[in-house]
Amino acid sequence: MKKVKGLLADHDIEVIVGTLLRYGVMTASAIVLLGGIYFLFQHGQAPVPSYHHFVGESIGYTTFSGIVEGATALQAKAIIQLGVMVLIATPILRILFSLIGFTLEKDKLYIGITLVVLCVILLSTFGGLKI
Amino acid sequence: MTILTFTLILLIGAYLAGLLGSLTGLGGGVVVIPLLTLVFQVDIRYAIGAALLASIANSSGAASAYVKEGITNIRLGMFLEIATTIGAVIGAVLAVYTPTNTIAILFGVILLFSAAMTLRRKNQEALTEGSKLASVLKLNGSYPTKDGVVHYKLKNVGAGFSIMTVAGILSGLLGIGSGALKVLAMDSAMRIPFKVSTTTSNFMIGVTAAASAVVYLQRGYMDPAIAFPVVLGVLGGAFTGSKLLTRMDPKVLKYIFCVAIIFVAAEMMYNGFNHKF
Repeated sequence: MKKVKGLLADHDIEVIVGTLLRYGVMTASAIVLLGGIYFLFQHGQAPVPSYHHFVGESIGYTTFSGIVEGATALQAKAIIQLGVMVLIATPILRILFSLIGFTLEKDKLYIGITLVVLCVILLSTFGGLKI
Repeated sequence: MTILTFTLILLIGAYLAGLLGSLTGLGGGVVVIPLLTLVFQVDIRYAIGAALLASIANSSGAASAYVKEGITNIRLGMFLEIATTIGAVIGAVLAVYTPTNTIAILFGVILLFSAAMTLRRKNQEALTEGSKLASVLKLNGSYPTKDGVVHYKLKNVGAGFSIMTVAGILSGLLGIGSGALKVLAMDSAMRIPFKVSTTTSNFMIGVTAAASAVVYLQRGYMDPAIAFPVVLGVLGGAFTGSKLLTRMDPKVLKYIFCVAIIFVAAEMMYNGFNHKF
């Protein structure tokens, strides 16, 4: 009986994780599409900048606050970058959901394993790995 | 060329990249980097940034379907993600100190390896005897097939974990999902049935890529104007691919893809040796 219950819980998590991934990606691509169309509308006829020489993006497109600020000011490229952030956040959110799932299952081993993965990602996000 | 033309051509290219990446299980990044660097003459650092996004989009798009079908081994994926995320962060840091030409050559080598991996014999059998560590870590699983549920066990957990760390480093360094290495770890070392290893690898690529993507984003490697067509194109392609995959066996396509990849790899290495990046 216990095993059957475990399997059911596992399947529930799988459905939630699958749905989350889909909605995350859908939201991200909708934002990117909106920003992209707006960007093309504004700059579509301009010549392509030289991507052959790497200059790197300005601070408005590399930090959370910069991107959010730009997107709320309706800057096309910042809106695209907001979608990019949502896309990157989707798998990270997936880990959070797995953590909740394992907690509901009281699977201590996997709560620990999931926490390790989460810590590595959060460390690389906030750990000043900007270099 | 205007931005509009550039965007449209890149969109089509990214669509094909997503389609091929999904059908062959290698991920969109493998195709996006040569497309951007060789065809569009984009600096490899921008290409890596875009390829990481392509990998996340490709992985999440395709994985959502597989996860629901219950083929993906979520516990195994989570356990191995410890190795791949740590590796990815190391790789992203190493990328700063690695000359772009070296990255291009390394990319060519990985590309050749990926092509070889696509052609090798696949592990179809499910082990009935696994290692002790695998059962302690609850890594053994089951998946549905036409003939009922297949239970499988696995072994060589340590070897698999080590290969995954290397896969993570390469993923962070080159911006690809390193699907081929992930499958090698699960298929050849841990003896997991092919269907499970491919889908679990796909599932893990998103998290691995996200771990290094946050570093690349903050470092300014991600250009919105490139990200826009690449993300949407790859997603569309991956979606088509996952639909096609349930209906067909892309064997012929794989052979064609492999031949094409060998040429691309040679081109990347040649240009790398001649310091064209």
